[in-house]
Amino acid sequence: MSMDRKSFLKITGCAVAGAIAGGKLGGLVAGAEDAEYLPAPGALTARRWGMVVDTRKCRKQEGCKDCIRACHQAHNVPQIPDKTREVKWIWKEKFEHAFPSQETEYPNEELHGRQVLLLCNHCDDPPCVRVCPTQATWKREADGIVMMDWHRCIGCRYCIAACPYGSRSFNWGDPRPYIPKVRADYPTRTKGVVEKCTFCEERLARGEMPACVEACPEKALVFGDLADPNSEVRRLLRTEYTLRRKPELGTRPEVFYIL
Amino acid sequence: MFMFEKAVVGSRRYWLWILGLFAVIGVGFLNYLRQLEVGLAITGLNRDVTWGLYIAQFTFLVGVAASAVMVVLPYYLHDWKVFSRVTILGEFLAISAVTMCMLFIFVDMGQPHRVMNVILHPTPHSIMFWDMVSLSGYLILNAVIALVTLSAERKGVAPPNWIKPVILLSIPWAISIHTVTAFLYNGLPGRSFWLTAILAPRFLASAFAAGPSLLILFCMLLRKLTWFDAGREPIRRLAVIVTYAMIVNVFFVLMEVFTVFYSGIPEHKLHFEYLFVGLDGHNSLVPWMWTSVILAVAALVLLIVPRWRRNDRILAVTCVIVFLSLWIDKGIGLIVGGFVPSPLGAITEYAPTLPEIAITLGVWAVGALIITVFYKITLSVRESLA
Repeated sequence: MSMDRKSFLKITGCAVAGAIAGGKLGGLVAGAEDAEYLPAPGALTARRWGMVVDTRKCRKQEGCKDCIRACHQAHNVPQIPDKTREVKWIWKEKFEHAFPSQETEYPNEELHGRQVLLLCNHCDDPPCVRVCPTQATWKREADGIVMMDWHRCIGCRYCIAACPYGSRSFNWGDPRPYIPKVRADYPTRTKGVVEKCTFCEERLARGEMPACVEACPEKALVFGDLADPNSEVRRLLRTEYTLRRKPELGTRPEVFYIL
Repeated sequence: MFMFEKAVVGSRRYWLWILGLFAVIGVGFLNYLRQLEVGLAITGLNRDVTWGLYIAQFTFLVGVAASAVMVVLPYYLHDWKVFSRVTILGEFLAISAVTMCMLFIFVDMGQPHRVMNVILHPTPHSIMFWDMVSLSGYLILNAVIALVTLSAERKGVAPPNWIKPVILLSIPWAISIHTVTAFLYNGLPGRSFWLTAILAPRFLASAFAAGPSLLILFCMLLRKLTWFDAGREPIRRLAVIVTYAMIVNVFFVLMEVFTVFYSGIPEHKLHFEYLFVGLDGHNSLVPWMWTSVILAVAALVLLIVPRWRRNDRILAVTCVIVFLSLWIDKGIGLIVGGFVPSPLGAITEYAPTLPEIAITLGVWAVGALIITVFYKITLSVRESLA
């Protein structure tokens, strides 16, 4: 890739800012912004967080929902009974729904109907970020996590239309009555905003692995730095055949699947 | 304010109509208050179909707004004097339609009190940002043009020279509002139904059929209800515009159908199948879509045969048919059809709820009120001159 959209915008943006404010002031502002993103001591950091989901290990425990429960409890995700209006950060879907283009009319017994764990792909080129009119969702420079600001989101749902993976949920009503036990150390959301998985950025900041990764009894979820050639995720990508969801769309998901 | 005193004097019939509109607006407003309280849960929207009636109305009405260019362009660029009496009607129609567009976006928002975030955090890589810029710009352009030219008419003088470039600017601007609106949809990687370069041209073609149809109906209505007669010639010329636009629109739709079905790519095909035959027994939109098709074919026949096009009674019916056909196509099928099936292959149907319909009617009534008031002012000005 020569110059992607972001670097183009950055360059033009800098040029405009420079023209208006002059080099010195622009430099000061940029410096101040960088400082806000310095990780806390003890935080887990990476240049590019990513995940490998080993569905072979995952299916050893049939019907296991430990990761889903851990995530939804950790993040005050409401348990809405109406399936057409539910909110979910991580969930299981049949193989043929997760990978529609892989399905043939001669189904493979191993794969057909296999439950595959889905979550936000934290795409390298996320369409949701591209369309958001308020930058309430953005890709974090430092580690590539696609973040969400629930206090800025205007609830236009453009990001939901843009996400090709169904990874985003909207709060059609007040979610709070549907949270079984509200955790005080994580915010609840209000009606009218979009939410999704954030790769547990709040746990990473405390030096903890994502809740789903920690909860998995089979260690089927491997989380690590895709920019580090010696990381466990990179080792798996080197040695195993992996798939990304809808690679043809050019979003470059950072969640990989071993089937 | 500016000539609004003319809107508060009127016949009994005028006031009954205004009162009726306020009643519809009131019902819509009460339902909107409930939506503010409960959230968008009062609508029929769901996880898979996240935009519905509101956004579809917005999309359709952007077209109606843009169609003002079909009277402005011939009048100001080609000096078609026959449009001198109807141009301002088109501009006021644009003002009303853009206002409705903005209201429909507003009522669709989950957190409407945060609307200023779009301006506080301007985001040039979001098409929605450009849609806001183009729509508000178009509203201002048309408001300035209509009010300046009307006040010049009242004083019996030629409009000031500075308004000419503003009018010329409004022509490409009209094209831009509907192009940007199409870009909202056809830049999304996972939504194959909208992922087609013909979307913006198709939007424009359908707009230039639906908008002028409405304008013809307004001219006829004004002739019947008031002293104002736009004359035969403008209506005939508008009918020719509607004819060409409708032909081009149907042509574009057929091009889409060929591409989708001859290539046979399932992701593209499934949406059309859902709309026209149903998928896995889910077929609630099928009758609507076929109604739209039949109406479109009927409209084409009635428009193309000169004898029928020139007959005012038949033309009135034709215009209603064109409007309905395109409203179903864009105001229902185009948005909902893009969401079914979902990117994960789920087929979840959507039907608007009663509160949602009440809010929608309320917004339409606001548009009707704006049109009524502005047409009333225009006619009063012209009556005092006559």
